[in-house]
Amino acid sequence: MYAQMVKTTGTGVKSRDEMTDQERAFQDKIDADIKIEPKDWMPDDYRATLIRQIGQHAHSEIVGQLPEGNWITRAPTLERKAILLAKVQDEAGHGLYLYCAAETLGISRDEITEMLLDGRMKYSSIFNYPTLNWADIGAIGWLVDGAAIMNQVPLQRTSYGPYSRAMIRICKEESFHQRQGYDAIRKMAEGTPEQRRMAQDALNRFWFPSLMMFGPSDKESVHSAQSMAWKIKINTNDELRQKFVDQTVPQAEYLGLTIPDPDLKWNEERGHYDFSEPDWSEFFDVIKGNGPCNTDRLAARNKAWDDGKWVRDGMLAHARKKRARNLAAE
Amino acid sequence: MKNEWPLWEIFIRGQHGMSHRHVGSLHAPDAEMAIKNARDVYTRRNEGVSIWVVEANNIAASSPSDKGPMYEPSESKVYRHPTFFDIPDEVGAM
Amino acid sequence: MTRDEAFHQFLLRMGDNTLILGHRVSEWCGLAPVLEEDIALANTALDLIGQTQMWLGLAGEIDGGKSADDLAFLRDAWDFRNVLLVEVPNGDFGRTLMRQFLFDAWHSIMLGRLIKSSDNRVAAIAAKASKEVAYHLERSGDTVVGLGDGTEESHARMQEALDYLWPYVGEMFASDDVDAEMVKAGIAPNPADLRAEYDALVGRVLTEATLTIPESRFAHKGGRDGRMHTEHLGHLLTQMQWLQRAYPGATW
Repeated sequence: MYAQMVKTTGTGVKSRDEMTDQERAFQDKIDADIKIEPKDWMPDDYRATLIRQIGQHAHSEIVGQLPEGNWITRAPTLERKAILLAKVQDEAGHGLYLYCAAETLGISRDEITEMLLDGRMKYSSIFNYPTLNWADIGAIGWLVDGAAIMNQVPLQRTSYGPYSRAMIRICKEESFHQRQGYDAIRKMAEGTPEQRRMAQDALNRFWFPSLMMFGPSDKESVHSAQSMAWKIKINTNDELRQKFVDQTVPQAEYLGLTIPDPDLKWNEERGHYDFSEPDWSEFFDVIKGNGPCNTDRLAARNKAWDDGKWVRDGMLAHARKKRARNLAAE
Repeated sequence: MKNEWPLWEIFIRGQHGMSHRHVGSLHAPDAEMAIKNARDVYTRRNEGVSIWVVEANNIAASSPSDKGPMYEPSESKVYRHPTFFDIPDEVGAM
Repeated sequence: MTRDEAFHQFLLRMGDNTLILGHRVSEWCGLAPVLEEDIALANTALDLIGQTQMWLGLAGEIDGGKSADDLAFLRDAWDFRNVLLVEVPNGDFGRTLMRQFLFDAWHSIMLGRLIKSSDNRVAAIAAKASKEVAYHLERSGDTVVGLGDGTEESHARMQEALDYLWPYVGEMFASDDVDAEMVKAGIAPNPADLRAEYDALVGRVLTEATLTIPESRFAHKGGRDGRMHTEHLGHLLTQMQWLQRAYPGATW
C-alpha cells in the first residue's frame, strides 16, 4: 500500500438513480466482476482516480529502491548482496509494470514521472525514513513488504484489467521479498549481542511507520467508499492494519524481539491484538514533505532523471538515424 | 520534438511448443533494444524461450463497441466445440 | 612459484575482476537513466557476483578452505588482483557502459578459451559464465554504438569516456610468470595472445559507434599483480567490507 490517501475525484458514490445509463452499465459490469479494459468506456473520475492510485504505487516502487539501494554496496556477504540487488531490481520491475498500466489510461511514462519529480504526485510515506543499519534491510522486507502484500493480494482482483494483471505479476514476484527480509533479520536476532541490538533498533524505528503505511482510518471517508464501489480498493485501512498486526506480533515473538508498543496485548474477546495508533501528526508531516528523507529522496530521483537525459536522447537519436538509413537503403 | 522512447508490447513463448503470450509492455528506442529490454525485464525468472516485440501504436485492436457483432455470432455455433457431441463410453477416448 | 600458487593467483585475478566490476555496476541500482536500463544493469551485476562466488570459491578451496566471502571481505587492497580498469569510478552512464564494453570484449574472449581449460573446474565455470558474458557484450556493444552514434552530446561523452579508459585496456593483455605457468599447465591462455582478436572486435564496434581509438598504446598497470592499485580501490573496499570488519566473527 504504496498508495495512501488517494482522493477520488467527483462527488462520492452516486445512487443508481443518479447515474446515467452509461454509468449504470459500467457499475453493473464492476458488480458482476467483469474487468474494465483500456478501450472500454469509463467515468472520467474512475480514470483520474486510477491514474493517481497506480501512479502513486509506481512512484513508491521507484523511490523505494533508494533506502534499500543504500545498503547494496555494504551488504555483508556476496549472497546477501545478490539477494538484495535482485530484490531492489524487482522493485524497478514493479514500477515499470505499473507505469505501463497507467499508460493504458492515457498518461505517458514521461508525463507521470515529471509529476513525481516536481512534487505533484506522492509516493508512500514509508520511504522517507532512513535505513541506518543492516537490520533495516531485514525490517523493510519483513514489515514494509509484509504490509504492502496485505494490500496487493486483494488488489489482484481489482476492476481495471491492466492494473489487476500487473498486481498478479507483482504478487508472484513479491513472495520472496518478505521471506528474505525475515531471514536476514532472524539471522541477526539469533546472532551476536551487537546484531541483536541492530535488529531491535530496526524494529523500533520501522514499527510505527509500517502501521502508517495503511493510512489513517478511512471508515468515514467518501473517497474510500467510492473506490470500494469501483473495486480499486478492496479493504478498509483499519482492516488491513489489524490483519498486519495480528500476523506480525507472533513473528516478532519468535525472533525474541520486542514490539515498541507497551499497550500491545491480545484481546480475547475481539480475537485480535489491541495496539496503539501511530502518531498521525508525524504521518501528516511526512506526507507534507517533512519526513527525515523527503528532500534527499526527491533530489536523488531528479538527479538520476536529469543525468540520464543525454542517454535517453542519444539512444533515440541513433534509432532514428538507423531507421532513416535502412529506409534509404531499400 | 517529444523525446520519449516508444512503447512496445511484449510477447513471450514460455515453453517450447506453446504460443507467444502477451506479458506486458516497456519502452525502448528501437526493436532490437526492445527485445533486449524484454529479456532483462520479463524473463528474470526463466520465463521464456522466445520473444516478440511490437511497437504499441502498430497494433490494431477491435473496439469494445464491436463486441456484439464480433464475438456473439460464434456463441451460437456450439457444434464447433467437441463437448457438443456425446460419444458412448464404450467407444473409448476420442 | 609453484603451480598451485600460480593457479591461486590466476583464480584471484578472474574472481577479483568480477567482484570489483560487479560492485561498481551495482552502484547504479536505482539511479539509471531509464527503468529498463536500471533492470538490465542489475542483471549484469548479478551475473558478475555469481561468477565471483565461483572463482573465489575455487580460489579459497585451494587456499586452505577459505570461503569466497573470506576472500572478498577480509583481504586488504594489496591482495587484490583485479585489473585497474574495473576499479576506476563509474563516472557518467557513458563511461560505465564504455568500461563494461571494453571489459566484456576481453572477458568473452578469455572465457571462450577457458572453456577448453585442462582443469575441469575452470572449464565448468567458464562454460556457465561465457553464456552470461555473451549477452553482456551484446548489450554493452549496442549501447556504445547507440550513444557514440547518437546526438552530438552523447558522441562527445562517449569519446571522452574512451579516451579516459583506453590507457587501462593494455593491462588485460599483460603476461607474467603466473600466466606462463598457466599456459604450461594448459589451464589458461597467454593474455597477450588474445589481443589481436580483441582489437578486431573492439575496432569493429567502435567504428560503428563513430568513435576514434586513441593512438597511444600506453598502459597503466599494477592491478593484476597487486603492485600498485588506484586510490579508488581502498574506498571501494572500505564500503564493501565495513560490516565484516566492524563485527568480526558475526554471521549474516
